[in-house]
Amino acid sequence: MSTVTTLALVGQDTIAAATPAGGVVALGWLLVALPALSAAVLLLAGRRSDRWGHWLGVLAPGLSFVVGLIALTELLGRPAAERVVDLHLFSWIPAGAFTLDAGLRLDPLSLTFVLLVTFVGTLIHVYSVAYMEEDVDRRRFFAYLNLFVAAMLLLVLADSYLLLFVGWEGVGLASYLLIGFWNHRTPNAVAAKKAFIANRVGDIGLLVAMMIMFSTFGGVSFTTVHAGVAGASKGTLTALGLMLLLAACGKSAQFPLQSWLGDAMAGPTPVSALIHAATMVTAGVYLIVRSAPIFDATPDARLVVAIVGGITLLFGAIVGAAKDDIKKVLAASTMSQIGYMMLAAGLGPIGYAFAIFHLVTHGFFKAGMFLGAGSVMHGMDDQVDMRRFGGLGRYMKITWVTFMAGWLAILGIPPFSGFWSKDKIIEAAFMPVDGSPWRAWVFGTVALVGAGLTAFYMSRLFFMTFEGSKRWRERADGSAQHPHEAPRLMTVPMIVLAVGSVAIGFVLQLGGGLTGWLEPVTGRVEHEASAVLPVWLLMVLTLALVVAGVVLAWRQYATATVPLTPPRATVLTRAARVDLYQDEVNDALLVEPGQHLTRSLVYGDAQVVDGAFAGLAKLTVGLGSVVRTFQTGYARTYAATMLVGVVVLAVIVLAPRF
Amino acid sequence: MTGSFTAPAIAWAQLTPVLLVLGAAVVGVLVEAFAPMRLRRPLQLTLSLLATAGALVAVAALWNGVRASGGTVVLGGSLIVDGPTLVLQGTIALLALLSILVMADRTETGEDAFSPQAAAVPGSDYEEVARRKGLSQTEVYPLVLFATGGMLIFPATGDLLTLFVALEVLSLPLYLLSGLARRRRLLSQEASMKYFLLGAFASAILLFGIALLYGFAGSIRYADIAAATHKVVGLDGLLLAGALMVLVGLLFKVGAVPFHAWTPDVYQGAPTPITGFMAACTKVAAFGALLRMVYVVLPDLKWDLAPALWAVAILTIVVGTVAGLLQTDIKRMLAYSSIAHAGFVLTGVIALNTQGVSSVLFYLLAYGAATVGAFGIVSLVRERSAVAVPVAVSVGAVGSRSEDIGEAADVATQGSVLGEATQVSQWAGLGRTHPVLAVTFTLFLLSFTGIPLTAGFTGKFAVFSAAVAGGATGLAIVGVLASAAAAFFYVRVIVLMFFTSPAGADADGAAAAGASGQPTTTVVTSEGFAVVAIAICAVLTVLLGVVPGPVLDLVTEAAKFIP
Repeated sequence: MSTVTTLALVGQDTIAAATPAGGVVALGWLLVALPALSAAVLLLAGRRSDRWGHWLGVLAPGLSFVVGLIALTELLGRPAAERVVDLHLFSWIPAGAFTLDAGLRLDPLSLTFVLLVTFVGTLIHVYSVAYMEEDVDRRRFFAYLNLFVAAMLLLVLADSYLLLFVGWEGVGLASYLLIGFWNHRTPNAVAAKKAFIANRVGDIGLLVAMMIMFSTFGGVSFTTVHAGVAGASKGTLTALGLMLLLAACGKSAQFPLQSWLGDAMAGPTPVSALIHAATMVTAGVYLIVRSAPIFDATPDARLVVAIVGGITLLFGAIVGAAKDDIKKVLAASTMSQIGYMMLAAGLGPIGYAFAIFHLVTHGFFKAGMFLGAGSVMHGMDDQVDMRRFGGLGRYMKITWVTFMAGWLAILGIPPFSGFWSKDKIIEAAFMPVDGSPWRAWVFGTVALVGAGLTAFYMSRLFFMTFEGSKRWRERADGSAQHPHEAPRLMTVPMIVLAVGSVAIGFVLQLGGGLTGWLEPVTGRVEHEASAVLPVWLLMVLTLALVVAGVVLAWRQYATATVPLTPPRATVLTRAARVDLYQDEVNDALLVEPGQHLTRSLVYGDAQVVDGAFAGLAKLTVGLGSVVRTFQTGYARTYAATMLVGVVVLAVIVLAPRF
Repeated sequence: MTGSFTAPAIAWAQLTPVLLVLGAAVVGVLVEAFAPMRLRRPLQLTLSLLATAGALVAVAALWNGVRASGGTVVLGGSLIVDGPTLVLQGTIALLALLSILVMADRTETGEDAFSPQAAAVPGSDYEEVARRKGLSQTEVYPLVLFATGGMLIFPATGDLLTLFVALEVLSLPLYLLSGLARRRRLLSQEASMKYFLLGAFASAILLFGIALLYGFAGSIRYADIAAATHKVVGLDGLLLAGALMVLVGLLFKVGAVPFHAWTPDVYQGAPTPITGFMAACTKVAAFGALLRMVYVVLPDLKWDLAPALWAVAILTIVVGTVAGLLQTDIKRMLAYSSIAHAGFVLTGVIALNTQGVSSVLFYLLAYGAATVGAFGIVSLVRERSAVAVPVAVSVGAVGSRSEDIGEAADVATQGSVLGEATQVSQWAGLGRTHPVLAVTFTLFLLSFTGIPLTAGFTGKFAVFSAAVAGGATGLAIVGVLASAAAAFFYVRVIVLMFFTSPAGADADGAAAAGASGQPTTTVVTSEGFAVVAIAICAVLTVLLGVVPGPVLDLVTEAAKFIP
């Protein structure tokens, strides 16, 4: 921890320049190609591959993981300054002055993601083999999962914002396909739609950001953009940063685009574990950290990132404390933890590496807990209401133990993984950034309170599910509920992830581990600065709040009886149960005005179309709508419009001459 | 100068693409006159496909010569065969070929998109008799060939009179074709009439402009006018007014605002395969002529004309996008989308650099492929009348469309196939009932939106970067913002197809809606020509998005006008 206190503002000169690829790294394209190929085979072969398709699906990300490991050893063998490697694939759009190349960038940051995605991804694939056993479309499910892995790897490996955008859209597509996998169920279709729309809003951010890059830097590759930052104006950079943030909010379910994540839980549980916990939703954090040179140059945009992160952190924690659906609690928790990462990223150079560190540990413990939740649902006949669980620890020993590892990790109890990463974020949040101590107090307090809330809602989940009295009776069909442990194929991935939840944080921080490894990308922090409170005090405060949260949850949900129906509660709890009215707010601000607009315009259009259809309809042209005024269906109006157009253009052209 | 006539030396070989198509059109007229009725359709179809394919091959054959020499002036300067000409002719021939495939397609009961007897009064007994006898209006094919011939000449013209003649040759058949729809014939005839009236109006403006330019330069040759722009002094008013009016005539054809008003009405009323043909090929030809006009004849006027062209481009983009957002009819929506795209292409035209030419050439191909494909799909998505409802009732249910009593034979089991389901709301749930078709349509919509890895993205990238390079950054910004906004109306259709249940249906959709007497939405099985065309368009759309390199290299190499 001593490293944390002694750091602060950066030396950008430590950021490594890209070198061309050579050696094994030149095979980096295999990382993306393997799962993509597998997805194609599974989709094209159709029913013929039903018997073996899922094993092919498991093999593909597994092989990608092996390739990733080889690339890792290759990079580790190089000096730090040469660890950023650009791999040119082909010249995508050679259009005159601007050319676009498709290429991959293998560097510590992308490789960290590659290993996380392929390792956790492979485990989840294995788990899915058993989880989806009953489904007739299991092969198609694996095809989509592979497609997702390929798109995610493309996203993190791209060497330009444009190719990143391709992967960005690809993971979006795969995620709709997977959320809507059981799309004969209406809630799934609705959820898929919601995710689709929230993500479109985010995409516009990325598109506009690319446009700004184009006009400012003349290109969208990381190299061009990051090199051009020095010469760009502050306003441009701030706009650019905010647009990138909008994109990140859409993908990572950050405030104010957070509403889709909870609903997306309607999809199969392994999907939630892979996409909505470990990988895709963290793409926003990746985008921010990848754009570090831009954010370094614009403190204003960075402040907004930190604020968004802080708000989401508390929002998710409050919602999580009130939900009874086990997956929705985990979803809210994911949102909140990504809020931590965003907050860290918003702190600038002192936070980037910790954001990624927390992202990695979170990938392990949250995926593990999602798989645990899936195992509970598997044993409890797809029940998700925690008020109908209780005492399950005795019936599902492995699930109980593995889940406990994840629980302790997210709580940040030393020496579990979450402790190493979250504590550093809290400490960094207490550091004065950009010379304003008030921020340290605000963000620090938020991070600290968040830790206490996290402890409360996660303990609530854990106790309501595994401890306390049995509250389950019979299944939907009336037969007796029969909680049982999941098959080996499901428990093994859970065990592996649990080991990760216990140890990965400790391992990765050994000797500066991950943060040092990321230095070629995030820059080294050199200056001296320290938190506004001593580190030992922060640790004590954090642990005290965590313990308080756990004790409170224990008294309320383990020792006391949990009512089967949610009791009428305080205003805040009731608001939190309905996601703090996020849907109502969205409706009032976005949907309703849109619908009114559409309705009046549809009315206008009906008038127009009818007029055209009969050819002699009564003249009902109002002046209300511009469209209606000009699109009357009468040829004479059209001709008049043309004439006016000619005259106006003539004036424009001739006026300067006379 | 004596009065003796000297025939110009004609390089016939250079004219092969045009001659093939127009020749086939003339033969097509003879087929109509002499071939027995039974044979007419297969003959016409073969002839049209061979002619357009032949034109494509001829263009390819001419390419090497043009690449070496830079281009040739033919017919004493009336036609110019250079790089842009050949690329545009190739694009037109290809898109016309695909459009003809869509036109030729018939449903399983042998009905095509055209009225069985165009001369019959809509709703009359005569029409019904013609329908029952299974007549078909095979004159469509020669008409399309004539139009295609005009389009092939249009971008190659080297003087103003040829320009006018080509314009009329391509327009007149289109006026007729627009009025031939099998269903909703009144709407179709109205569209035809409007198109004709407004087209004539635009032609008159063009002609007036030609007269003014002739008055200014004393010649109708492009090269002479271009030379005169920096020699003749004191007649600027004549020159500018003339140039503007000629441009307006061309802008009408591309559907630029404020000369666009006909587009939605005509696109909606015309038979869908013809709409696809018009939207793709006419636009290519007209932009070809516009490019030559702006780059060869009027480059010295760029400072004078720029404000007007900027205004038109911005208006076109904005109106196309905003109005597109409001449409509830899929054909009208695509019509506004085509208007918006005309605006995007204009940004490339305004760039006034070589990159501008090549990007426009590429964009037109990308846009044309997606357009023919999209309208092809629209022609396959039909209404099906309610199950087990007597024909008379079903006619009542759909109002005045008495010609909709088709395929009465299988009414009892399935309900009969009616006209196209053009209401956007009728496309709900198509992704579940017909996934392949819906995915293909999505691909075309994504290409219109300009999503990476589709042809539309490459095209937009090319025109906007050309605009930035040519100093028109403002236009590029408007264009990108409008693309982002336009994404909503394309995405709306995608969302509707994949995430919404069919109207009035839940579990077993068709039956529920059928029982309520509402027509349901179905996809007709056809002879398969349209499917072939759609598949080719889809492959083109993907290829031009993923590996556009070779085509971009080709258009870059071809993007040199000769005066």
